[in-house]
Amino acid sequence: MKLSFAYSALAALVLAACSPAEQKPAAEQGASAASAAAPAEVKTVAITAIVEHPALDAVRKGVIEELAAQGYKEGENLKIDFQSAQGNTATAGQIAKKFAGDNPDVIVAIATPSAQSMVAATKTIPVVFSAVTDPVAAKLVPSWEASKTNVTGLSDELPLQPQIDLMKKIIPNLKSVGYVYSPGEVNSTIVLDQLKTALDKDGITVAAAPAQRTTDVPTAARSLKGKADLIYTSLDNNVVSAYESLYKVAVENKLPLVASDTDSVKRGAVAALGINYHDMGVATGKVVARILKGEKAGDIAPQRMDKLDLYVSKKNAAEQGITLSDAVLKEAKEVQE
Amino acid sequence: MSMIALFGALESGLIYALVALGVLMSFRILDFPDLTADGSFPLGGAVFAVCVVNGINPWLACAAGAAAGACAGMLTAWLHVSLKILQLLASILVMVALYSINLRIMGAPNVPLIGEPSVFSGLVAADYSNQFWVQPLVILGFVVAAKLLLDWFFSTEAGLSMRATGANARMARAQGVGTSRMIIIGMAISNALIALAGALFVQTQGGADISIGIGTIVVGLAAVIIGETLIPAKRIVLITLAVIVGAVLYRLFIALALGSDTLRGIGFGPQDLNLITAVLVVLALRLPYIKRYFHRKKTS
Repeated sequence: MKLSFAYSALAALVLAACSPAEQKPAAEQGASAASAAAPAEVKTVAITAIVEHPALDAVRKGVIEELAAQGYKEGENLKIDFQSAQGNTATAGQIAKKFAGDNPDVIVAIATPSAQSMVAATKTIPVVFSAVTDPVAAKLVPSWEASKTNVTGLSDELPLQPQIDLMKKIIPNLKSVGYVYSPGEVNSTIVLDQLKTALDKDGITVAAAPAQRTTDVPTAARSLKGKADLIYTSLDNNVVSAYESLYKVAVENKLPLVASDTDSVKRGAVAALGINYHDMGVATGKVVARILKGEKAGDIAPQRMDKLDLYVSKKNAAEQGITLSDAVLKEAKEVQE
Repeated sequence: MSMIALFGALESGLIYALVALGVLMSFRILDFPDLTADGSFPLGGAVFAVCVVNGINPWLACAAGAAAGACAGMLTAWLHVSLKILQLLASILVMVALYSINLRIMGAPNVPLIGEPSVFSGLVAADYSNQFWVQPLVILGFVVAAKLLLDWFFSTEAGLSMRATGANARMARAQGVGTSRMIIIGMAISNALIALAGALFVQTQGGADISIGIGTIVVGLAAVIIGETLIPAKRIVLITLAVIVGAVLYRLFIALALGSDTLRGIGFGPQDLNLITAVLVVLALRLPYIKRYFHRKKTS
């Protein structure tokens, strides 16, 4: 058999990776998860994200910083295992299985697909989700009450009314809001429905401009010319990645951009009222620390972020054909000239 | 790598083995470059999810998912056979269209399935403690059944006609084979298998998401080629076995790349996952040649 070497080498590779020290029978794993107060000095926190991008990375950094502030220092008494699924759901599933097998003290799952596969993979290890817009609709938790399961976490659902108030302050005679979004992102479609319901009460219409891919974003935005007084964008991954192209369209067509991602102000938005993702990471870290100190995940209710920061840009406003009122400028946490 | 991670790799490997069998059917048997997979995989998941959420038995829902995939494959084949659209373009058109169709079917980009019945219900213990081996075992059942059915099919007259169609369409026509019909049937079987994989996949993931199809065809092709390189064979029984092995190995490589502390130690990070997986696959494909090289050195 000329290929036998190849097979034995492959088999050795796989077996070597299954170190016997880590192989625990399932029953034993269940038991060790139940007695969370094991005397182990080094705690392990496993973190996974569906993809790496600035907002999700900020969450991860916030978690690690807050844990350090609470006395859990990486490399000393804390081991962090971070895995990114690189945008692939099948890999997210395998990461979930890896974490379920490694049996860490707490698992942090960032963004909906990662959180779903994690919750499907373990019922015993505490899972703290983060940056999930609607954890109830995603069936991670049955309600906004303490779940009594192994799951809790932080939602990045934005209260929409402050966003609408901001839009009205920017364009006082607001008649129609343009909304550029990806029809394939669940968070964005939820915002669209909420936006329609909320604006309907004030007699304001919503002009939806779906963009399936990043490259469709400018075309979608251009279609709003004459149909909308401004363009509102949620935390849509495609749209946020293509913000510069949106900015070009906004300047050409004098369609002011209002964002819910504060980083977008640097990249061309007139104003953004949003969550700071680093703060959300810190809040997630606080929940993780409570669990490390012995609380049960199921006893901690899922939380929303209640603090929103306003960022504005005078330069972008002028380019996009509007002037920001003093009232808006006074509210802003940061004004870019 | 822990046992749970190893079984997790087996589980997704076996799911993608069904994809690989489908890809084998289109690319190798019919010689039809088919990218419909990126759409039919999530189509199977979408149809399954909607059926189950509406109270339909999960086994029936799996069958419905596979049937939807068969329709997608037939549509691609019809575009090529009847409308004379180039194979690759026909499959791209169906794949693109399926994105919108899948969104319509699901009604949202994500349908959560946590707590919904699945084909594993009743077998998995209440605390999930046996889930890690029960799920791969059930999926193995699907894979073995699919392999045996395909092996049997290719020994029938229709199956042999299909192989002739892919090998030499003109010759097959001269022998009285209805090649158009063979392409339509073959593409239906291929995409039914891929959609069935999608239906099983969403049950292991906790939800159907519009993004699950991305890269399906790449994984399927990789599995077929890894399998063919490691187990070169002419007999259909061995060829189907080879692509199954290829799919499982591909997923094991990802588990290795995820779990290796050695790689972490020398500075590789989570952002290098795809690169490490690609390098592992290249190494696996070249192992026979590397071995031969060293063998020659020793003897000379």
